Amino acid sequence: MSQDDDGWSNEVFAQIREAGISLITTVPDAGLTRLLRICGSDPAIRVMTLSTEEEGVGVGYGAWLGGTRSLLCLQSSGTGNIINGLALPAFAESPCLMLVTMRGQEGEGNPAQFPMGRAVRPVFEAMGVTCLEAMTAEEVVSHFRKACEMAFAEGKMVAVLIAQKVVGAKTFGK
Amino acid sequence: MGELHRRDVLGRVLEDRGGALVVPGLGTANYDLFSVSPSDDNAYMWNAMGLTVPTGLGLAIAQPDRRVLVVTGDGEMMMGIGSLSVVAAQAPENLSILVMDNEMFEETGAQTGLSAKHADIEKIAVGSGIEKTMTVRSDNEVARLSAFLLKERGPVLAVAKVAASRDDPIYPTMDGPGIVRTFRTSVLGAHEA
Repeated sequence: MSQDDDGWSNEVFAQIREAGISLITTVPDAGLTRLLRICGSDPAIRVMTLSTEEEGVGVGYGAWLGGTRSLLCLQSSGTGNIINGLALPAFAESPCLMLVTMRGQEGEGNPAQFPMGRAVRPVFEAMGVTCLEAMTAEEVVSHFRKACEMAFAEGKMVAVLIAQKVVGAKTFGK
Repeated sequence: MGELHRRDVLGRVLEDRGGALVVPGLGTANYDLFSVSPSDDNAYMWNAMGLTVPTGLGLAIAQPDRRVLVVTGDGEMMMGIGSLSVVAAQAPENLSILVMDNEMFEETGAQTGLSAKHADIEKIAVGSGIEKTMTVRSDNEVARLSAFLLKERGPVLAVAKVAASRDDPIYPTMDGPGIVRTFRTSVLGAHEA
């Protein structure tokens, strides 16, 4: 793996193109920097910065109504901001595809991240979101492929959770 | 609270709606839209308070050749107020927002809303970067509203200071997948729905 390759962003980008996703909504996270930069340099893809992650659920639903496929990229803490918003695609049985970089896991230097980090999966699952946890870069790629199929072929809500060890823990100098 | 009759205002705005796609916020906006301009081009909303403008924004980006009108209330707008800065940043030329501002949470018992005395939604929109805005309070001003919302290059936002509803609600379908199927069939064709 070269310095310019994190082992998954290039491959996920290729799948974004392959799946026909032309809209990326995000409140950024350090672990998403490379993917968002690649997407932002493609004129066929619009990268939309949100004020809160919840907006991405609405934008994605509206885009789907109009025939456009989208992906919401967010940090795990942002998953807590979107819970009631998920009732929209859940009620409408419409796709909601998410890519989540995890905090509050192994190696986390900020204990304030633990509560939401622990809650992501049970809370998402309570809302009907299928969670695919990727513990390696290879799993990010394989899970993302599966997630695209689940979302756009089956109309599911699905999130790929990228483990903190894949993107590297924020240590706060510890 | 304003004096305008909200269902009249919406009826006048949509009297000649052409190909406009309309996204109503949950609650009274949803019922008003179904009452005055029922159409397969309406994306009726029943939940997700705060996400009406984001939904309209996503739709406007997906359908750049169609006018997209978001109609919602002040409480719903306040909950998603940050989305106005996202709209300004994305600058969709085909997106319009109409806020029916009755200064209260009518659906839940007419509790006083944040726009009753302090929050000025038009000013917040301007401060968020939406350059074309207006607030209407009288019937004379409503005459300008339709052209502003359906013809002016977006993004635009209008606030209508309205009274509490005087009409009983008329409810659109509560079939969520059916709403999507009907809308997508109308907009994209049967093969996509």
